[in-house]
Amino acid sequence: MTINFEVNGARRIFEGDPFKRLIDVLREDFALTGTKEGCGEGECGACTVLLDGRPVNSCLIPICQADGHRIETVENLGIPERLSALQKAFLEEGGAQCGICTPGMLLAAAAHLKAGGKADDLSIRRALGGNLCRCTGYQHIVKAVQKAAKAPRKPRRKKA
Amino acid sequence: MRGDAFSMRVFRPASPAEAVRLFAQNPDALPLAGGTDLMVGWNSGRLNGRAVLDLSRLEEWRRIEVTDEGARIGALATHSEIESHPVLLKRLPLLAEACATVGAVQIRNRGTLGGNVANASPAGDSFPALAVYEAFVHTVSKEGRRSLPILEVFAGVKRTALRPGELIERIDVPFLPQPPARQFFRKVGSRLAQTISKAVGAGLLWLGRGGVVLGCRIAFGSVAPTVRRLRSVEECLHSGRLTPETIEKACAALSSDISPIDDVRSTRLYRMAVSRNLLRAFLTGRA
Amino acid sequence: MPAVGTNVIRKEGAEKLCGRAKFIDDLSFPDCLHGVTLRSTIPFGRIKKVSFDPSFPWDECTVATARDIPGKNAVQHIETDQPLLVGERVMHPMEPILLVAHPSRQKAYEALRHITVDYEEYDPVLTPEDSVALKAVLRAPDNLFKDVRIDKGDIAAGFAAADIVVEGEYRVPHQEQAYIEPNGMAAWLEPDGTLVAKGSMQCPYYVHKALMLLFNLPAEKVRVIQAVTGGAFGGKEDYPSVIGGHAALLAWKSRRPVKIIYDRPEDMASTSKRHPAVVRHRTGLTRDGRLLAQDIDVLFDGGAYSTMSPVVLSRGAIHASGAYACPNVRIRARAAATNSVPNGAYRGFGVPQTLFAAELHMDRIAEALRMDPAELRRRNLLREGSSTATGQVLRHSVGAADALDACLRRSRYAQKRKACAAWNKRSRNPTWRGTGLSFAYHGAGFTGGGEVFYASKAGLALDADGGVRVLAASTEMGQGEATVFAQIAADALGVPYGWVETETPDTSKVPNSGPTVASRTTMIVGRLVERAARQLKAELEEAAGKVPKSRPAWLKAVRRFLDGRPSREVICQYERPPGQQWDEKTYRGDAYGSFAYAAVVVDLEVDKLTYEVKVTRVTTAFELGRAIHPLFAEGQIIGGLTQGLGYALTENPVYKRGVMVNPHFTDYVIPTSMDAPPMDVVLLEKPYEHGAFGAKGIGELPNDTPAPAVAAALRQATGRWFTELPILPEKICKALHDDKL
Repeated sequence: MTINFEVNGARRIFEGDPFKRLIDVLREDFALTGTKEGCGEGECGACTVLLDGRPVNSCLIPICQADGHRIETVENLGIPERLSALQKAFLEEGGAQCGICTPGMLLAAAAHLKAGGKADDLSIRRALGGNLCRCTGYQHIVKAVQKAAKAPRKPRRKKA
Repeated sequence: MRGDAFSMRVFRPASPAEAVRLFAQNPDALPLAGGTDLMVGWNSGRLNGRAVLDLSRLEEWRRIEVTDEGARIGALATHSEIESHPVLLKRLPLLAEACATVGAVQIRNRGTLGGNVANASPAGDSFPALAVYEAFVHTVSKEGRRSLPILEVFAGVKRTALRPGELIERIDVPFLPQPPARQFFRKVGSRLAQTISKAVGAGLLWLGRGGVVLGCRIAFGSVAPTVRRLRSVEECLHSGRLTPETIEKACAALSSDISPIDDVRSTRLYRMAVSRNLLRAFLTGRA
Repeated sequence: MPAVGTNVIRKEGAEKLCGRAKFIDDLSFPDCLHGVTLRSTIPFGRIKKVSFDPSFPWDECTVATARDIPGKNAVQHIETDQPLLVGERVMHPMEPILLVAHPSRQKAYEALRHITVDYEEYDPVLTPEDSVALKAVLRAPDNLFKDVRIDKGDIAAGFAAADIVVEGEYRVPHQEQAYIEPNGMAAWLEPDGTLVAKGSMQCPYYVHKALMLLFNLPAEKVRVIQAVTGGAFGGKEDYPSVIGGHAALLAWKSRRPVKIIYDRPEDMASTSKRHPAVVRHRTGLTRDGRLLAQDIDVLFDGGAYSTMSPVVLSRGAIHASGAYACPNVRIRARAAATNSVPNGAYRGFGVPQTLFAAELHMDRIAEALRMDPAELRRRNLLREGSSTATGQVLRHSVGAADALDACLRRSRYAQKRKACAAWNKRSRNPTWRGTGLSFAYHGAGFTGGGEVFYASKAGLALDADGGVRVLAASTEMGQGEATVFAQIAADALGVPYGWVETETPDTSKVPNSGPTVASRTTMIVGRLVERAARQLKAELEEAAGKVPKSRPAWLKAVRRFLDGRPSREVICQYERPPGQQWDEKTYRGDAYGSFAYAAVVVDLEVDKLTYEVKVTRVTTAFELGRAIHPLFAEGQIIGGLTQGLGYALTENPVYKRGVMVNPHFTDYVIPTSMDAPPMDVVLLEKPYEHGAFGAKGIGELPNDTPAPAVAAALRQATGRWFTELPILPEKICKALHDDKL
């Protein structure tokens, strides 16, 4: 089956088993290994990507259901030389430790902020409720998201 | 991950008519809506070799329509769409609240109300709300359309009264003719997010002059193989006043309405005690 | 500007934040096969026959059994009692029997469904009580992996002088490490015959040693590399040697790279966890609350093989009396074999178990004495000059009282206790509230003579391009090792933090600095890095004068110093600090180089309708010697406390016939962002002269404290003692309802 979808702003075609999971297509076929598998059961949120701007568990989506949709992964948020405000805040506030939950956590947080979600402690914790982290106890993550919420919305764009 | 994509046969109907036709031809196919339950089973390898009927292209079944009488919620409307729908939030707040407690945001963005009902988990978070709103489940198959009261859909743990080849197309939830004097929804899980309910309840109460109970609808989930309307409790309360004695009588009647069990998630004693506490709090106005 | 004591940016942070950090499952290898494991379905018995369905295309697979192991069929942990694959005797459920590799992971799993195993089943021993009663002999002669006896003073005289004696029994369950990245290892053979294993791990040299034994290879023919590791918490201390051995065996047989990645249920059900324990206390005190005698019995369920049990038990036993000075102590601790999945290392390493008992017991004593729990602790707390249960006299960096006082002050403990009592008197309030205190200490570094025995090495290299690389086998797994080592090296060498990198652990490149465990990395290995950096600085200054500040001048100085050599490596080896001694036979002496101390106050409320417990705030004060990176230290503490809260309240591994039957994140309930309370962390510094820049280890201490504080708070909230973890709402409900029956 042919799947046409958008990944990180680029039109992509996947030709293969329609029931291959989105996470596997991203990781195996498009080498986007930033998306992690922590449980394969939709519990841990490490595989979170954005589908049409909303956080979803990519381990629970057969690729056929991504046909015609827009996917964003952690690779789209920024690069080490030019981090987004959210990534920078995570770096400064200790929001990432082992790093395995980090991509999913960043995407859930980015979606929350982009949707105009509130930056109070409880709203952020609610938005991140589907992303398990065993390292941080969440406090530094919540602080990082709050810091990013206060940062100017759009990062300065550098001309290539 | 033990699911084998290669082994799967996938049908992707573009219209409800095509879906019904394909399902009639392949009654063993697994209907796939948001995938939040089916894919968990598939990842474990249990569903290898099966055929899947992917309903996700049926835009017609995703809509939420509001009429004067109630909401017509397409089977594929997601929990996120329901919890944030301005009219549902106002007119069917228990349902909106219930949907807001399902899983976490990632699950709510994919999981659908129709999928939740078809899945028939004893712990379905939306069912007590649907039960007290007396929702109707509309189905379609090659044989035609049916409308079932929500409680008649559930036949047991993970079993429904749906017939082979039958799909849920929408769920109609009538608005209440009179605003209730009291209402409650409460989900009790094992943590505060991303949790499966150990007990979940919803209630509506109408009071007349002098505190006489004009009407009462209460339902609990996770305390029996299927969601339960508390008929004996409601019976106890009807037409009477909410005196401490009637409330205690109603609470005592609870044990004939529900039959909780011990399992890996909780205990019979706990589920019984919590259901009784929530019921008592609701009736005494402290929920 | 010094780096130590500041919150420099995490070395590998940007890579992780951009999804570029490569965890083992992110790496692909040419012609790679996927390995899977056929496991036993019974707790105890003998394999009679293994049958392969002839209709399955076995020619597509590589199948490896115990007979394919070129060396010894034994996984080198502390002992070698665990086979890599079952030969004949099955000792626990989920025990690896054989391995299958296939180019497709799904096909490999499919193959497992075409293998049938016939067993002869024996009656299993499933509890440590049955084990010590020798219901069956699993391990001759007495079923014990270790039997520790600690004797101090005269216990009989202590009880004879006591005004009051308090007894108690405490029970704790398994706890799952719940790292979010499941275990995974890859292995392949280099053209020169070198066997390489790469994966998620804490201890590269453990895996190295295990592979040498399994494949009968010399050290230089085995190479182990750490991939970015997605959390470990002790859970990647022992089993990477098993999984690495499995991947290597399949690679050895197939002559192709093989990757084994566990899925969540397999990881949870088949790998080691925190030991369940039963701890009994009998304590004698004076009327004014002075400890006179502590008699403590500890029994751990070790599971089927020893893995880390002897040392976990040892640490648990030494800490079992709590952070208090008592003249007469008797501790007996045993780890017994059962037919269950082996238990092993989990952050805290035996201490969360024994400390839950010790601390909750202090609260029961306080109540018996009608004394404030904080005051009882203060009267008995370890101070400078106190001696511990092993007779270790504490001479330096004893911040116990400071930590207790700071925590009580910051948390407003006394006021809160009163406020909770007042709140609980009003029956219309929807909740019951409680505030609980606990105190803990945790020895940093290996127990007893471990550091001397291990004689770790670490150091650094100065390269011709001006780069400085820290060389150590200690692994970065989120705790910040790569950053902290670079801070230490930079300051000791006198160069900016940015000029120093920490080498990825690879046994072909870094010396054996020991396993990344035991709260030892910053204090012990960091000290080796510090010493090496100071030595390098001295060498550099001798050759090229003062260490320059500007990069061009630095490069010039490095060139002059290296004088044509590609690089200069300085490696330092552990030396026992003067005066420290330990007798392994009698368990007397300096059990640890130093201890870190922590007090914690937990505020919580219990919903009267649902018995759900909401922890509303945690306040803690940590005396840690020196905070090399205060933000990371705080991150470690908050993360560890959160794991401790899970241990106390929600994490409930259900075991049936020796195996966890809820091996999913759905039913093994760890805290989410909604459950984790706000935490207030106070860091106190009393530098330890033999730790890097004065630092003591704190990795594990935060896991020790929350559970007893939670139980103490629940005592105030509900009026009940909860002596068994986890304290689920079901237990609270039952305790409150039993009264009515």
